[in-house]
Formats: sequence, C-alpha cells, structure tokens
Amino acid sequence: MSDDQDLHMLDAALTDTAEAVPQDVEIANYMVNFGPQHPAAHGVLRMVLELDGEIVERVDPHVGLLHRGTEKLIEYKTYLQALPYFDRLDYVSPMCMEHSYVLAVEKLLGLEVPLRAQYIRVLFAEITRVLNHCLNIGSHVMDVGAMTPNIWVFEEREKALAFYERASGARFHAAYFRPGGVHQDLPVALLNDIGDWADNFGKVFDDAMSLVVGNRIFKQRNVDIATVSREDAIKWGFSGPMIRGSGIAWDIRKAQPYDVYDRMDFDVPVGTNGDCYDRFMVRVEECRQSIRIIQQCLRDMPDGPIASLDRKVVPPKRGEMKRSMEALIHHFKLYTEGFHVPAGEVYVATESPKGEFGVYLVADGTNKPYRCKIRPTAFSHLQAMDMMSKGHMLADTTAILGAIDVVFGECDR
Amino acid sequence: MSSPAPRMASDEGVIEAVRAAIGSAFVDARDAVGEVSVTVAREALVPAMLALRDTPGLEYQQLMEIAGVDYPDRAERFEVCYHLLSLTQNRRIRVKVQTDEEAPVPSVTSIWPVANWLEREVYDMYGVLFENHPDLRRILTDYGFQGHPQRKDFPLTGYVELRYSEEHKRVVYEPVRLAQDFRSFDFLSPWEGAEYILPGDEKVQGEAPGAPTPANADGKK
Repeated sequence: MSDDQDLHMLDAALTDTAEAVPQDVEIANYMVNFGPQHPAAHGVLRMVLELDGEIVERVDPHVGLLHRGTEKLIEYKTYLQALPYFDRLDYVSPMCMEHSYVLAVEKLLGLEVPLRAQYIRVLFAEITRVLNHCLNIGSHVMDVGAMTPNIWVFEEREKALAFYERASGARFHAAYFRPGGVHQDLPVALLNDIGDWADNFGKVFDDAMSLVVGNRIFKQRNVDIATVSREDAIKWGFSGPMIRGSGIAWDIRKAQPYDVYDRMDFDVPVGTNGDCYDRFMVRVEECRQSIRIIQQCLRDMPDGPIASLDRKVVPPKRGEMKRSMEALIHHFKLYTEGFHVPAGEVYVATESPKGEFGVYLVADGTNKPYRCKIRPTAFSHLQAMDMMSKGHMLADTTAILGAIDVVFGECDR
Repeated sequence: MSSPAPRMASDEGVIEAVRAAIGSAFVDARDAVGEVSVTVAREALVPAMLALRDTPGLEYQQLMEIAGVDYPDRAERFEVCYHLLSLTQNRRIRVKVQTDEEAPVPSVTSIWPVANWLEREVYDMYGVLFENHPDLRRILTDYGFQGHPQRKDFPLTGYVELRYSEEHKRVVYEPVRLAQDFRSFDFLSPWEGAEYILPGDEKVQGEAPGAPTPANADGKK
C-alpha cells in the first residue's frame, strides 16, 4: 500500500470520530535488516533498508562478513601457494579467478605459454562462464518466484562440474591454471565428453529458458526494474554483463584479448534498456556464445606441451624426475622456495563471468608477492544498489540483487 | 618474449599527452611491463583526474580500482594507486599519489561515485584519510575493529581472536594466543645475497621508520 492511501485511511479514521481534531500524522520510515542470513541475499550480505511503506528510500549494504584477509595471506605465500586462494574468492567461477592471477604472474615474468595450454585455459574459462551463468540465471529466476528452470539448469551445471573434477581432481577448488600453463593435460575421452555435453547443452538450456524469457510474471518482476543509463554504468565502474546490459558493447575478451580469445569467433550481446531483464538476457545469450567458444576450442586445440618448458618456473613431470637429477632439483626448489618474480607491478584484468576481475600485483624480486590487490566485480556493482533500488518496491531488491550476480567470497575477500 | 596477458592499444605517446594534460600536477611517469604509471601531486589529484577523463585522446572514463600499497621505508609510506580504463581508446593507466598516516588524499567521489567504497576500503586497510569523502567508514573489517590490517607492521595473525563463549552466551573477543610460533621459512638461497641479521643486531639500527612497536590488542601500550 502506498503512503498516500495510508494517509487517507488515517484521515478518514480520524474524522469519523466526533471529537477528532485534524492534525498532521507523523509517519516514520521503517528501517529493515535484509540479511545477513537471507536466502535471497546470495550469501552473507546485510542490507540496511530504509523503507517508506514498501518503497525503498535508501540502501546501505554492509559487506565484509566473509572477509578472510586473502590479500594479507597472499603476501606471506609464494606465488604458487597463493594460487589456491583465488578459487576461494568467487567460488562459483573458480578458474576465471585463477586466470587473472596466472596472467599477471606471467606478464611480470615475461613468460610464454604454449598454445595448447592457452586453448585449455580458454576452454575451461568458458565452461566456468556457463557454470556461473547457470547458477545466476537459476537463482535469479528463483528469487522472483519460479522454481523449475533452476533445477533444469543445475543438472547441466552438475555435468560441467564433473569435467572440472576430471581435469583437476576437484569439483570447485581446482587450482588447475598455473603460472606457465595448466597443471595436467586433458585426456581425449574428457575432450569428447565435453564436446557431447556442449552439443546437447543448447536444447536443455533453451527448454529451461523458454519457461521464463517470455513469461508474463517474470517480465513484470524484471522489465524496467533498476534501469541504469550508459552514463551511470560508466560512472559506477560497471563491467561485464552489467555494463553490456546498459547497452555498451564492452567485453575484455574482445577488446583486450588474452590467451587465444583473439582466435575465437563469438558475439557480444548487449541490452537496450539497462534493466534487470536485459542483464538477465545478456547472461542467457552469453551462455550460448560460450558454448560456441567451447566448440571452437575443441575443434582447434593443437597438440603439444600444456605448460611452459621453462624449468625455473614450471616443475618437471613426475616421470622425468625419476631419471634426471636436474629435474629433481628443480622440483624441490620450486615447491620449497618457489620461483622469483622480477620487481615490477602489473594490473591484469580478465572478463570473469561477473565482469572485470583484476589483479594488481606488486613484486619486489623475491619469491613472494609484495602486494596483491584483488579487484572484485561485486564490490563496484553492489555499491550501486542504493542508486538502483531507490524508488523501487522492497520485493524488487531481490530481483536487482539477483541481476547483479554477487558472490561474497569475492566481494569480501 | 610475450606473455598471453590482455593485449590493448599501444601506450605510445601517452606519457607526453598526460604530461601536457595535467600540467604542474605531473611528478613522474614510468612505462614498465607494458603499463603506464603516472605519479601526481597529492593536492592536485582531482583536477588531474578530471583532465585524464576529459582530455580528447586520453578519455579515461572509468575508475576500476583503487589499491593501497604500504612501503614502510619511505618518508610518505603509503601509495594509493588508481586504475583507470578508457573504453573508447582501449587503454589502461595507473595514477599514483603518495601519502602518510596523516596527510589526507583528496577524494575522487565527486568524479566517480564508485570511488566511495574503494576509498573506504583503502582507509580500512591502511588508514589513509580521504578529504571530502561523504562517508568514510570501515567496510571490510568487523564492527568495532581496531588497526589497519594491510599495513606491513600489522601481524598476519592479528591481535584479537573471537569465539563463542558458552559461559557468557555470546561471542567474546580475546587476545590472540598461538599454540606455536608463527612459522616463516627463509627459502632464499644463501648465495643469492639474502641478508642475515643475527638476533639482536637489529637493535643497533634503532626502529625502522614507519614501523612503530605494534600496540596491544586492547590498545594499551
């Protein structure tokens, strides 16, 4: 019920009684805690909402409830030991987090990476994008009231997680991308299975999406909710599907290609209105484009080494260690002291599924990073909550939050 | 040799253009590892940022990140690094200002509202103050946290730990008690010039600048 109606009813109630004196009615705004334990908060987000009736007046997101001091810990670890921390940032798209970090280390080292390794990294970065978008699309749909598509896309997601496990041994915390390449080669059977999955993904996905994209209720909950103009998207540091939803065709994979993205043929979807529906649809289309990239990777992937042969950075194979003293020494030194990175500083950003995920690495020439600043995507997007939610209904905040695609492992670090 | 890192437009001539655009605010510039870093005077940060955003040919429209770095050996120990991105020119640049615990850095929230949280984080982690910031609160650390954890003189373990107390029926904070010493291995090879200081020798030099004796957990000396 809106405020005006409230006032009218109060006025009416007052004038009905005989001795009522007309007077101003003071209505205080509600302050409501949204979270930190709320299923639609996508983690441990606490939002202090100031409500005028059901209209959101002000949002003050309190983040940091999942702060684990990752950046501080990394300063005390060698470059290789720091890598697994990145899986634990955005735990919905682990390998994309590793991607920025390994590229930053390689850039400081000036290390060349074999072509096969670059293809494998792009392949898994795109599988990760599908994983992430499946979760986000499903939970966004569920946040606004639908159940079925979530369960359908989760099944596909589960299959993709099996590929994670077959490649790296872990479903989530893969630690698969390494400075210089990837940890292990992919068996042919796995590549075949990924190909089969990619070929069939479209059908299941389209079925699930056909339930929501044209659905009247879904549209009512999303169209024209939290419209962000191009200018605002730039000012608020948006990236990824958030900036593309506002109609700016900016994709780091296209504009600043890394690994073998310059050899890939894919389209960058953009929105027209910049509302929650557009951001959702951008993600839906990105899933289909990712499948295209996965198929191209599988088709074009060459044979060859899966990591740099520079033994001062990448450890030798286990079999080699059994025969060669040199290899044994390299292995020992790399897993105790680790490699040294020349002094310098780089900021490397990649297109993670959620947007620009950057790593600012300051090296001082030793085996540990002097400073590793992680640029999370959610940090910039979440602080625009206030700007986006103002004037919307309380129930819309879940749709807005769902369309931001926030994960707190990454936001709070 | 070329690494597979993101390839963007060439930075050729950017330093000259930046120097012309920001004028007297320009302090120093470096083009290293394929990235341009410009150091600007602290007082003139806001006009310099405006010039970087609005000068045709530079057009750094987006502020992506603000990172603090702590160099305890320097006179002005903190460096605040702003990472800008140009969507139209497809380039990135890093703008740095130096500061210490007291001198405030002008806030850029008037140019980019996104700077609000980013500056709050630098304040939280390093204690760098920002002038004209609308809402300079802590952001990532606990409610009521003391100290600035990313400073190099802040121990990795912190000063306080918390647990749920069955006795008090609430979470209690206590000074950190480690069951064993913090393990820090020195893997630097002895013939590559690691400096070994015998225990006690460091007292000859006195305390390093900017590295005061850490305070106790409860803030008392």
